[in-house]
Amino acid sequence: MPVITVLEAIRDAMREEMRKDERVFVMGEDIGARGGVFLATDGFLSEFGEERVIDTPLAESSIAGIALGSAMSGLRPIAEIEFADFIWPTINQIVGEASKVRYGTEGKLQAPMVLRAPQGGGVRGALYHSQSVEALFAHTPGLKVVTPSTPYDAKGLLKASIRDDDPVIFLEHKRTYRLVKGMVPEEEYTIPIGKADIKQSGDDLSIITYGLMVHHCLEAAQLAASKNISVEILDLRTVRPLDVESIIGTVEKTGKVLIVYEDNQALGIGSEVSALISEHAFEYLDAPVVRLGGPEVPAMPFSPPLENMFMIDTEKISTAINKLAEY
Amino acid sequence: MKIELPQVGESVTEGVIGRWLKNVGDKVEKYDPLVEVITDKVNMELPSPVEGVLKEIIANEGDTVPMGGLIADIETTESENSPINSDTDSNLPDENIGTTGVLIKDAAPVGPTGSGGPISQDKPQPDPSIKDRPKSRYSPAVLRLAEENNVDLEQVVGTGINGRITRKDVTAFIQSKSNTLESQTIVKEIAASTPRQDQEKITLSPVRRMIAANMVKSATLIPQAWSEVAVDVTGMVLRRESIKESFMAKEGINITYLPFVVKAVAESLKKNPLLNSSWSEEGIILKKNINIGIAVAAPDGLMVPVIHNADLFSVSGLAGVMENLITKAKNGKLDLSEVQNGTFTLNNTGALGSVSSRPLVNHPQSAIMTTEAIVKRPIIAADAIAIRSMMNICLSFDHRVMDGAEASAFSMSVKNLLENIDSETRIY
Repeated sequence: MPVITVLEAIRDAMREEMRKDERVFVMGEDIGARGGVFLATDGFLSEFGEERVIDTPLAESSIAGIALGSAMSGLRPIAEIEFADFIWPTINQIVGEASKVRYGTEGKLQAPMVLRAPQGGGVRGALYHSQSVEALFAHTPGLKVVTPSTPYDAKGLLKASIRDDDPVIFLEHKRTYRLVKGMVPEEEYTIPIGKADIKQSGDDLSIITYGLMVHHCLEAAQLAASKNISVEILDLRTVRPLDVESIIGTVEKTGKVLIVYEDNQALGIGSEVSALISEHAFEYLDAPVVRLGGPEVPAMPFSPPLENMFMIDTEKISTAINKLAEY
Repeated sequence: MKIELPQVGESVTEGVIGRWLKNVGDKVEKYDPLVEVITDKVNMELPSPVEGVLKEIIANEGDTVPMGGLIADIETTESENSPINSDTDSNLPDENIGTTGVLIKDAAPVGPTGSGGPISQDKPQPDPSIKDRPKSRYSPAVLRLAEENNVDLEQVVGTGINGRITRKDVTAFIQSKSNTLESQTIVKEIAASTPRQDQEKITLSPVRRMIAANMVKSATLIPQAWSEVAVDVTGMVLRRESIKESFMAKEGINITYLPFVVKAVAESLKKNPLLNSSWSEEGIILKKNINIGIAVAAPDGLMVPVIHNADLFSVSGLAGVMENLITKAKNGKLDLSEVQNGTFTLNNTGALGSVSSRPLVNHPQSAIMTTEAIVKRPIIAADAIAIRSMMNICLSFDHRVMDGAEASAFSMSVKNLLENIDSETRIY
């Protein structure tokens, strides 16, 4: 099985789907001639031509609007927002319109579009190249929000997203693009949206997490293992819809839960997961559910020490693990 | 002042309350023996840590109490802040936890069964931020498990922060109890269902209960195999006969066969370390010291004092040590240290007339040996019939730890050493 990066997995997923399905096309800023700011669509223009690889003006609202319109008309657009930090002009098109298409037309119309965006911090990107945007979109029924952590998951989930008949926000953590490598089979596969994955099995406590944080959690779990603390890591993979069954399953197994996410902690994905646990698995809890998320600060600072303070890292996770294990 | 059951010995987690030596209302001096406590290691009298008046007995005779559990309340003038709140829950921990530290550190050995024993130095200090939290606040997971499995949480020892009982503590407790629970339930049912005229029920003493629990542990946890070997001890009998009187005159004690046997067993254990080990799921734990427990029929029931480092003693040294231990056992005066850390057990069933028996391994050890009665028998030696003193040795062993080959090698080693005793065998 070849070992590839997350970025390569994303590129392969789009290329394979475009070869298979004529209706699939890509659009976004600098994705054609330049191959995308991270080179996710490198070589696409020469292979698929200008009609299916469309360079757009710097206008995110129209990128989302064109994608939505073409999706409602029968195409399957993959629209790239260059950085998730610039996704906010699409809110009206996505939250206000795309999410409601199926509901508002009583199922007569659908919006099979994918909005891809690199997000997340830890790259010295400061206020406008570090944001995490999953919670704002995940709040809205009618949208699906996918946050892969590995090349295998990224490829399988992106293919499933392209084939999905509803709008999917596909959020790729920039830091995983080239830093995370993994085995990906050459054969065709997809991963169902809404299914979490146990990345490591354990029985003293569970960590529920997603995206880049999966890798920090795996590191911290290794440190914990040397202290005889056995940690289970549940990678949500999709933050809407949440895989409630898997979340409850791991709580029933360990009784202690740490939820780790880079986004601002308050009213974030972890808040919803925590609420689900107390609603559905209260009798299995052996300790208060603990969230470890970003601070009450509006953006990732530019100063490296301050950015380090903002970001959740292996050390912070280790401290939280030890405290929870001791409880 | 609330009195807690102190920690005695590192592996002891609970004790059974024996007879109360003071009644409610009695005046109690500091260090007065308060109550008998029976653990699976030793019986002891718990000295009072303070002077005062016994106000309340919380744990009654026969109750099983975890280390640190409350057993009594003594009204005392020593402690300055002891407001008496009759409406507070008796399960609430005393605000001045740490009384047990005072209790043991300066307690002199008292009473007929020895001292209170050492206290664990690493007793967790209470976190002041949660000192008001009632001890009985359990997590939902713990409560659910306890209810589903009928667990009395008062008996579970908590390993969480500030002694909190965790889900894992409960599952471990259930696992350790599951073996004994079934048999106990059956006995309870029989006892409860048949109040008959032609039967009489003997109330179980705490010691009896403890022995029963240990035997069930041995029988249910250890897959045991057994073998018997006949030993010609004519040489040993003659040797003992030849020194009997001089030994008595010189040492003031009677020399029995047992020290010879212990000597042979200790040497054989050195050569066959698997017999001196413990089974664990992580691996077999070989014990570096050879500590041989001797089963003694004491008035209250079976006691097993331990000869530590038995391999370092001569026959006469062993005779002295054993005389001392057996006398103490029979008088109930054994110290905790004198029954701890046994690695192998020897039982002289021959003293009771038995010629063959099948002992139960003393859990968590891996083997136990009996010496049976010495009987004169006609045997064939060098194609002639001779009258020889014969003794059977019987060995039960943990078949997880070893197979018949290792067990037999040990038995044969003991046999050879005993058969080679002659008039030249050194006593000192």
